[in-house]
Amino acid sequence: MTAIADPTKAVARRPFFARPTATTGPWSWFTTVDHKKIGILYGVTAFTFFIVGGLEALLIRSQLVRPNGTILDENLYNQIFTMHGLTMIFFAVMPLSAAFFNYLLPLMIGARDVAFPRLNAFSYWVFLAAGLFLYSSILFEGMPDGGWFNYAPLNIIGPDPLSLAGAGPQIHQARMLYYSMGLQIAGIASLASAVNFIVTILNMRAPGMTLMRMPVFVWMTFVTSFLLLFAMPVIGIALWQLMLSVRWEVPFFDATNGGDPVLWQHMFWLFGHPEVYILILPAFGIVSEILPTFARKPIFGYAAMVFSGIAIGFMGWGVWAHHMFTVGLGPVANTAFALTTMFIAVPTGVKIFNWIGTLWGGQLRFKTPMLFGIGLVAMFTIGGLSGVTHAVVPHDTQQQDTYYVVAHFHYVLFGGAIMGLFGGVYYWWPKIFGWMLDDRLGKVHFWTMLVGFNLTFGPMHILGLNGMPRRIYRYDAGMGWDLWNLVSTVGAFLIAASILVFMRNVASSRRQKVPAGNDPWDARTVEWMTSSPPPPHNFDEVPVITSRDELWHRKYAGDDGEKVPVPAGASQDHGEHGGHEGHGIHMPDPSYFPLIVAAGMPIAAYGTFYEGPGMVILLAIGGAITLFGIFGWVLEPTAE
Amino acid sequence: MAEEEGHSHPGVGQYVEIGVILAVLTGIEVTMYIYREPLGPSITTPALLILTAIKFMLVVLWFMHLRFDHKMFRRVFFFGVGLATFVFGIVGAMFYLGGIGF
Amino acid sequence: MATDAYTAKEADVIHPETALGISNPKLGMWVFIGSECLFFGAMISTYLLYVGRTQDGPTPVSIFDIPFTSVSTFILLMSSLAMVLALAAVQAGDMRRFRIWILATALLGATFLSGQFYEFTIFVAEGMKVETSPFTSSFYMLTSFHGLHVAIGVLMLVALWATSMGGRIGPQNSEVVENIGLYWHFVDIVWILIFTVIYLIPVG
Repeated sequence: MTAIADPTKAVARRPFFARPTATTGPWSWFTTVDHKKIGILYGVTAFTFFIVGGLEALLIRSQLVRPNGTILDENLYNQIFTMHGLTMIFFAVMPLSAAFFNYLLPLMIGARDVAFPRLNAFSYWVFLAAGLFLYSSILFEGMPDGGWFNYAPLNIIGPDPLSLAGAGPQIHQARMLYYSMGLQIAGIASLASAVNFIVTILNMRAPGMTLMRMPVFVWMTFVTSFLLLFAMPVIGIALWQLMLSVRWEVPFFDATNGGDPVLWQHMFWLFGHPEVYILILPAFGIVSEILPTFARKPIFGYAAMVFSGIAIGFMGWGVWAHHMFTVGLGPVANTAFALTTMFIAVPTGVKIFNWIGTLWGGQLRFKTPMLFGIGLVAMFTIGGLSGVTHAVVPHDTQQQDTYYVVAHFHYVLFGGAIMGLFGGVYYWWPKIFGWMLDDRLGKVHFWTMLVGFNLTFGPMHILGLNGMPRRIYRYDAGMGWDLWNLVSTVGAFLIAASILVFMRNVASSRRQKVPAGNDPWDARTVEWMTSSPPPPHNFDEVPVITSRDELWHRKYAGDDGEKVPVPAGASQDHGEHGGHEGHGIHMPDPSYFPLIVAAGMPIAAYGTFYEGPGMVILLAIGGAITLFGIFGWVLEPTAE
Repeated sequence: MAEEEGHSHPGVGQYVEIGVILAVLTGIEVTMYIYREPLGPSITTPALLILTAIKFMLVVLWFMHLRFDHKMFRRVFFFGVGLATFVFGIVGAMFYLGGIGF
Repeated sequence: MATDAYTAKEADVIHPETALGISNPKLGMWVFIGSECLFFGAMISTYLLYVGRTQDGPTPVSIFDIPFTSVSTFILLMSSLAMVLALAAVQAGDMRRFRIWILATALLGATFLSGQFYEFTIFVAEGMKVETSPFTSSFYMLTSFHGLHVAIGVLMLVALWATSMGGRIGPQNSEVVENIGLYWHFVDIVWILIFTVIYLIPVG
């Protein structure tokens, strides 16, 4: 007869490696699987990288403040502007968004954690590993220097080898390996997060929370996760092709051996365009939560906000070649992409109008989060308009590779994403930490940042139209660019000052610790129902949702909001017996293994720099650590 | 084993049947290859693509159980397939119809 | 048998504590498979763009051994059958049958891999290296990544077999078998595409 496994014997405790249980104390941060702690880890790390990226920006602006600057030579300048872009995109804005997704998503849908808590922790550690790996390049052959988009054939050949003297080709190869392997590893973090959030949103909503009752922020998280899910594999392939080309002379992009450099551009921008929506949609979601709260009105046109977000996600896949108008795709392709690019302005415009509609006739309270929210609406509109001018192909031919483009994307990414993210910081800070940030200092931060930002990037429109190219490390006097470059640099230092104000705010507010209470802003969504900070299990009793803006409904609509006890969440990390003991809430246990699995990857990545035994050894060590981590992860007991 | 109410679950016999069909279809594909010259690519290419699509669907719908499962699984998967086809179809079209290099 | 809430269940049972009533890991696996469509789609389209660029090197007609690859294809297809029979066995609680079929799946997969490896050694000997031409590069990249996926699959199958030998797999957690099966079938359907689009059509 056949042997059926006895489930009561299914748990075999691993004798030598007990699963950690501590959820407080410094060591618990390394083993945490709690989405709230992971969100804080992301936030702090991302902010640190933001500072680093900002310092890189200040170096750039110091070099360009006057003609023939002498602060950075061309070699260093190329590295600094490349790393500024890579850092801000992959290690500042994306993880800042991830911080909010992580912290807020389960709270907003009434769940106790995400679907796969250990995978969530793994995403953070892999992201950190990627950032450290990329920046380790400073200690060795130097940082990637081909721009964040790293076009072929420059990415294969490298800058003039003579300028790198002696070991030129090896240095270039190494820099390209930092780029390709670093971004590969970061891509794994994003892909894992995307799977996690999609499953969480679909499958772990509280009873009564239909998709059309979810906060707009959750919808934007959902669309962003799908964009990540489908865009990361494409850049993954592009990066493998680059790595093979650089390391083993495989002719993917080498025109001397039948390859096509334009293929890199297609692969890169197929990822790159959805990527910009990945960068902005979370901030759009944040602003869609802030404005209704501070206008004391529901979001204007909820369904339109949801569907325009979905439309942006869809249409974002049909516009990528607008980054390639000057490559020679031909009039048919150029026209088609010009049209799709024009069209994608429509759903974005819908959002702008709906945000204005939300404010219109509302009881407006101009607290700091509200200011940042309005800042996003205004600044993104400017950036969006310059984007529309790019969609006109003959205009774009004039604007391509000039500072006009730099102005455009900083207006949408800084004026848009960063403003929105800071708004989120001020808005949810009380919930996360339990105390308020000082509102007066917050306003000083906002206004200084707004003025500084516009002084930095506004003049770049003029510089671009006056012919100043991008990515030049110096310019001659007499080009007519001196004044606006000076103004721009002054603005950049103002931005830096505003960040110092923010940091001062955090420090002094922390000393004062004005308690926040559950709901300091009189808000609309269910995360404000829990304590500040929330308990580890988020909700003592999971609320049953009966409408959009559930909390507002309960406070002011007079219905009796029902709370129904729901057993410990549907996350699969619960105990062998399912945790359905009928009493007590069992949260997923901490684990060492997400960190261990993540740690193996950069070690293996270093292997690609070497030949022969060196390569094999590093790949083997990194692979063994990751493999050991995976086995531990799969086999560790899930009971307490 | 007890069946879930309202859904039919292929039995072992049906799985084997599908396995045999897959083998036969592969055989037809190989036969197309053997007779590629007399038939010509205008016949073999579409025929091969159709046979491949049938095999693809058989594995996805039956072996991967998509036909009997919750529709969310179907949506997620076919969205990925559709997006990949669309996006890389456009890239292909640009290379073969457009103005660069090729 | 245990009498607590987590009782034996079939793979498609309703999960009452989730919003859609489906399993998180299973949904996660399908979502991941969706992303893999883009991963392999990028490589397949690179191949289709570069198939004509053979740079005085080997061409598909000159280098492919269709009869050999047909046998490999047949083997991988049959491994999908073995996989689905293994799943049926574990759902029925027949662990001995499960172990036979899961091992058969792994062995068929390993045989496919050896066939690939052998095929590559022949190609290299005949002057088809990774860097020879865009055609060869895109061919090797696509088939190697596919092979890597098969290898990871074989590892998971063997791990499943070993875990079952330790008495830890049964009908109550057959879902892990189902999810690994989904991965395995996906790897198979990618090969179904590759065989036609990379081997048969370019040669025909």
